[in-house]
Amino acid sequence: MMNIAIATPEIFLLSTICLILLMDLFLGEACRMVTYLLSIVALLATALLVYSSMGGDKITGLHDMYVRDDLGGVLKISILLLTVGIFVYARKYLREQDLWQSEFFLLSLFSVLGMMVMSSANNLLVVYLGLELLALSMYVLVAFKRDDGRSTEAAMKYFVLGAVASGMLLYGISILYGLSGKLDIAGVAAYVSVQNVMQNIPLLFALVFMVAGIAFKFGAVPFHMWVPDVYQGAPTAVTMFLGSVPKLAALAMFLRVLAESMAVAQPGWGQMLLVFGLLSVFLGNLVAIAQFNLKRMLAYSTIAHMGFILLGALTGTTQGYGAALFYTITYALTAAGAFAVLILLSREGVEAETLDDIKGLNERNPWYAFIMMMLLFSMAGIPPTVGFYAKLSIIDAVMQAGYLWPAVFMVVLSVIGAFYYLRAIKMMYFDKPDNTAPIEAELDFTILLSVNGLLMVVLGIFPSVLMGICSAAVVASL
Amino acid sequence: MTFEQIIFYLFAGVLVTAAVGMVTVRNPVYAALCLILSFFTSAGLWLLLEAEFLGIVLVLVYVGAVMVLFLFVIMMLDLNLDPLKEGFAKYLPVGLLVATVMAVEMVLVLQSGPFQTSQAAVPSPANNTEALGVLLYTDYVYPFEIAAVILVVAIIAAIVLTLRRRPDSKKQDIGQQVQVRRADRIRLVNMKAEKKA
Repeated sequence: MMNIAIATPEIFLLSTICLILLMDLFLGEACRMVTYLLSIVALLATALLVYSSMGGDKITGLHDMYVRDDLGGVLKISILLLTVGIFVYARKYLREQDLWQSEFFLLSLFSVLGMMVMSSANNLLVVYLGLELLALSMYVLVAFKRDDGRSTEAAMKYFVLGAVASGMLLYGISILYGLSGKLDIAGVAAYVSVQNVMQNIPLLFALVFMVAGIAFKFGAVPFHMWVPDVYQGAPTAVTMFLGSVPKLAALAMFLRVLAESMAVAQPGWGQMLLVFGLLSVFLGNLVAIAQFNLKRMLAYSTIAHMGFILLGALTGTTQGYGAALFYTITYALTAAGAFAVLILLSREGVEAETLDDIKGLNERNPWYAFIMMMLLFSMAGIPPTVGFYAKLSIIDAVMQAGYLWPAVFMVVLSVIGAFYYLRAIKMMYFDKPDNTAPIEAELDFTILLSVNGLLMVVLGIFPSVLMGICSAAVVASL
Repeated sequence: MTFEQIIFYLFAGVLVTAAVGMVTVRNPVYAALCLILSFFTSAGLWLLLEAEFLGIVLVLVYVGAVMVLFLFVIMMLDLNLDPLKEGFAKYLPVGLLVATVMAVEMVLVLQSGPFQTSQAAVPSPANNTEALGVLLYTDYVYPFEIAAVILVVAIIAAIVLTLRRRPDSKKQDIGQQVQVRRADRIRLVNMKAEKKA
């Protein structure tokens, strides 16, 4: 069945991107603000379209290539709204660093389109194409500061390793296709459900490659090598985007490819992800302690957080999926806020990226220091911030699924990980600032950052609304 | 062994040899030529499968357009190959070890549970260009459109990363040339008459 109208949000976003692309050509340098505002309006309007189509039953369209369900809706709205926030944060940085070009917004919009395609993919081919659309835009964004050697080097590493990971995913999909003759999620699920997964060696062989491809996109150990270099080398505005929104797309890929189409194979991929998740939590938290560069520290902290998400997701229960979705959304929000503080501290031509730059933030501006403290508390998982509740729900799901010692391991590593977050807070509050220049930001930046920081507490005290949405979406769709 | 099988093994053998040659030869021009050979032989394999459209497109697009451009680029850039080969001997043992271990593992895994081979359904005499076209614009129209978007991103990416406006390059500004006035170019100087010597 064709039913093109089902993909209205994607079609609308694509048309708007093309329109902005052409308009920008005629508007020129002086009116870049128009491009910026149009991009934000496009994202908000798309979010509205997605929202208006939610709540119905799960239906497929475009010859079963596209699925519209609440899970896709929740993921897409989070992706779109987070991107709006990131555009607002990025404006200050792009202007100061002489990167105020329309291509930043256009490429980001294209990658958002790729993530939306992944979120509602009903066919492995569509998952792959959405992933490539996202990845290709990301490679370019990382190289955006093209006269900076580090940015180019990061993009090159990301590109080569990303291509290898895509190749692995595609190889796994091709073997699965060879076995089942199906590419659509329902067809693969029907094939897998009648197999004895743990005895079917070719199926496990395909699964290994697909899990490796997905783990790369999460940045989980042992496929984490690109994360610190890319985070450090990319311009901070791009790091902020890369470090928050695509994690939702990675979770979407996991939920569509493994949870939805290969639910019966959970013993197979659960084992692999258990190893990846535990290693990520371990390595991420330990290596982050040794980092002096704040961007690298946040990169290792991301690896640890991705470990948590994988551990929640590998349980294969709706409780675990719901907790993983909640964790991913709140983590993306936290990471965006933390990178926004880095942008706040950057000045014309100077990038704030080491721990020295946040020294004595309290003396320079107590309010921003408080916001940053909330964000770091949330990452460390200290109540009453939302990070605590997110970690709690993941650990609860892991325990319910019968993994006792991994849960204990996660708690211990979280305590170790709290050290480097608390060290940053100590430097903000008890050290003397190296640089006492006042911190300036425009009103919209300040308001958004304040809301972002306060959301950490608000969501931490009242998590039930968001958690309810996440669980309901997972229950309705998987 | 049937005649078809002999042809298959011939093409497959040439394909693998050419592919190995592509990554091992020293001269990049030879590497590009090896790649062309491997494209040709895989096109032959496709023809053997009666997928004539794919075979022809592979030759037309990849050999005819992409690889020729590639050769142009390689020949125009005066590549210094020495830095690329640095450390080749150093990394070779590790690389070989990893490759061998992976290959052995894959062979062992795949031997234990063989893939069933079956005779593919003989396609109807209708040409597969038409069949592919119909599929691409009906069942697969959504992935097809996404692929088109990816190509747009590739164009934008190429421009973003390479377009540089050089202020010091000399070029004509036609508009300025047409709008020029006499006063911009000629300065009338009033000189005093000199006395006769």
